[in-house]
Amino acid sequence: MLFHRDIRMLIGILIVAALAFYVADPASPGFHIDLLGLRIDQDFPIREGLDLKGGVQVLLEADVPPGTRVDPGSMEAARQIVASRVNALGVSEPLVQLASGNRIIVQLPGIKDPDAAIRTFGETGLLEFIDAGSTYLPPGTIVTTTLGGPKSFETPASPTAALTPGATPTAGQSPTPAASPTPAKVYTTILTGKDLQSASVGFDNLGRPEIDFTLTADGTKKFADFTSKNVGKYLAITMDKKVIECPVIQSPITGGRGTINGGNGPGFTLQQAQSLVIQLRYGALPIPLKVVESTQVGPTLGSQAVEQSIRAGVIGLGIVLVFMLLYYRVPGLLADLALLIYAAVTFSLFRIIPVTLTLAGIAGFILSIGMAVDANILIFERMKEELRAGRTLRAAIDAGFSRAWTSIRDSNFSTLITCAILFWFGMTFGASIIQGFALTLAVGVIVSLFTAILVSRTFLQLVVDSGLVRDLRWYGLDEVPKVVS
Amino acid sequence: MIDLVARRYLFFLISAIIIVPGLISLILPPHLRLGVDFTGGTLWEVQFQKPVSGKDVLQILAAHGYGDSLVQASNNNVILIRAKEIRPDQPIKAQIANDLRSHFGPFTELSFQSVGPSVGTEIWQRSLTAVALASLGILLYLWWAFRHVPRPYLYGLCAIIALLHDALVVVGIFSILGRFFRVEVDSLFVTALLTVIGFSVHDTIVVFDRVRENSIRHAGEPFPSIVNHSLLQTLGRSLSTSLTVIFTLSALVLFGGDSTRLFALALLIGVISGTYSSIFNASMLLVVWETGELSALFRRVRAPARAAV
Repeated sequence: MLFHRDIRMLIGILIVAALAFYVADPASPGFHIDLLGLRIDQDFPIREGLDLKGGVQVLLEADVPPGTRVDPGSMEAARQIVASRVNALGVSEPLVQLASGNRIIVQLPGIKDPDAAIRTFGETGLLEFIDAGSTYLPPGTIVTTTLGGPKSFETPASPTAALTPGATPTAGQSPTPAASPTPAKVYTTILTGKDLQSASVGFDNLGRPEIDFTLTADGTKKFADFTSKNVGKYLAITMDKKVIECPVIQSPITGGRGTINGGNGPGFTLQQAQSLVIQLRYGALPIPLKVVESTQVGPTLGSQAVEQSIRAGVIGLGIVLVFMLLYYRVPGLLADLALLIYAAVTFSLFRIIPVTLTLAGIAGFILSIGMAVDANILIFERMKEELRAGRTLRAAIDAGFSRAWTSIRDSNFSTLITCAILFWFGMTFGASIIQGFALTLAVGVIVSLFTAILVSRTFLQLVVDSGLVRDLRWYGLDEVPKVVS
Repeated sequence: MIDLVARRYLFFLISAIIIVPGLISLILPPHLRLGVDFTGGTLWEVQFQKPVSGKDVLQILAAHGYGDSLVQASNNNVILIRAKEIRPDQPIKAQIANDLRSHFGPFTELSFQSVGPSVGTEIWQRSLTAVALASLGILLYLWWAFRHVPRPYLYGLCAIIALLHDALVVVGIFSILGRFFRVEVDSLFVTALLTVIGFSVHDTIVVFDRVRENSIRHAGEPFPSIVNHSLLQTLGRSLSTSLTVIFTLSALVLFGGDSTRLFALALLIGVISGTYSSIFNASMLLVVWETGELSALFRRVRAPARAAV
């Protein structure tokens, strides 16, 4: 019997709704079941986007002359090194992925010092020990070495580098004249970062941070050879072609271990030392990278904005609920119930999939609430027409749903086409905010189809079949027509 | 029964009146105020702990070679800087930051966005492509959906023209806002525009569906009256569906946060325009085209020149 089928459908809907409300509830404890060998441990975290949680998103691009072909192997190697460095920074849920055009997208939600992080993972990180002969090279000098290879800073005129110790700029300090390039001389590279066995942050006897390193067996031998022959000469230690220390070789170093502490200047800050160690640990990048786009959001803006958005959403939802009730009466009330279920189901899907929530995504969700009612209205208006033409309630419902279906399908489909294009639009430059919006809107549209067709219909059919409300005026008609059939 | 179709030229006129100010603003420089997403550059929002003058900040920037930046001071000691690209992986950003700190005291960075020039151009080109693709996709879909009707491409074309009208209204209004209120247009605006395009067709499809149904059911009746019937029948639902969306969007504009306000406003304008254009433009265009009035109009324009002699 139709009635029984409707009851079964209703029970199904109520179960789904209950689950949805449970999952959607922000304070939901999640599913933790440990029963007879079946373990479910799901927490349904709400994934917050960068604009809500704060953090940084960076688009890195291979820093090579335009037109140079970069082989995908190098890009992937670079990506892995960046990913390792990013993980070493201790960020939760980082994202490091390749994008077309020799690019890497890096997302670090919730990071406290985005600029330092960018320097850590974006710099090439090439360590070299070079033979400076009898010249003392002050820290900050830019050199050319026999190794060649990636050089990250193209601007010799920049007076100081944040990475270079002893060069913390104070206001009004003019650039040190020693920091100009020595273009003519090419220095011989003795060791590189590859010869390092390990590197770690240590502290000297004054408590200042320094970098302790050990060399590989091969590196130890090379270093011992070199230092034995060059006692009394200068050994420059450079990072990305910039000198960070230039000690005198006082005696042969055969132990294969040493310290880098920045030499004469103020030395490293703890953060600088840690950054260097991370770069040394995973090796230098095979290709230099540059930042072509960067978006950093502080966390304070986010929480305020979420509150306001939620408030707007609740107000908007409230107005729609009241409007539906007043204009469509009984079907309106049922549509309102369906709408609440829709909101719960959609939001719980956001948590289950999970969809990263951004402010634009929340706006998309609120927009989809207004649109979700669409389908219901189309059906009800069609129903009113059928009732006016004299059909019975049940026949009017069926006719309303089937006739309105083509319009609903066509109009929601065009929105889905737009969502697909929006998703593509956000893709190459990693605009996750736009993609988040497209995703939330698409999920909203799909769920609204389900709730309008299935849920509203079931509610309506049940009310009609139960005979609770017979007077057609409750269904939005102003006068009762003669029933034809 | 109201004859809407008879007044179609009145509705065209109203559309023209709404579009014209926006169009004028778009034609005259600076056309549209483009954000850093398109032009490349840096947008830097910092909050100091005491009031700071924009001019002083500009001086510091000039010392580092960024003298042609825009500095805006807003409430809560917030300073908004709009400059050429300041790359965060280069020492320059830290230098400027240290300088600001030593002159004005500590600050928190509320947001920092830097876009390189090549990425900016890319985003701009992608935006145009996306709008074109969306329009094309919709045109094709409508062509398929109305394939059993004679001259199905007409429906698609009229829908596209109505849609372009909506896009122009939104872009025009934001051009005016940019002119007088320094409102900038960024990739989120393009997102809103694309959403408006997708939604504008919603309404139009509802009306066209009814026209299609009626032209089968009442075949033989003059086309203008078929369209008029369809319009009157669907008026209730068109307005209702748009009303619910307008409710939620208005709530967002009025009560939502600052960062989504412009986004929601673009959507709101687009939805209102979309509703108007589906009812009073798209269907009217259909009539004008189908009945051959369009070509008659062009003939008539030439004829009076002869009669006036």
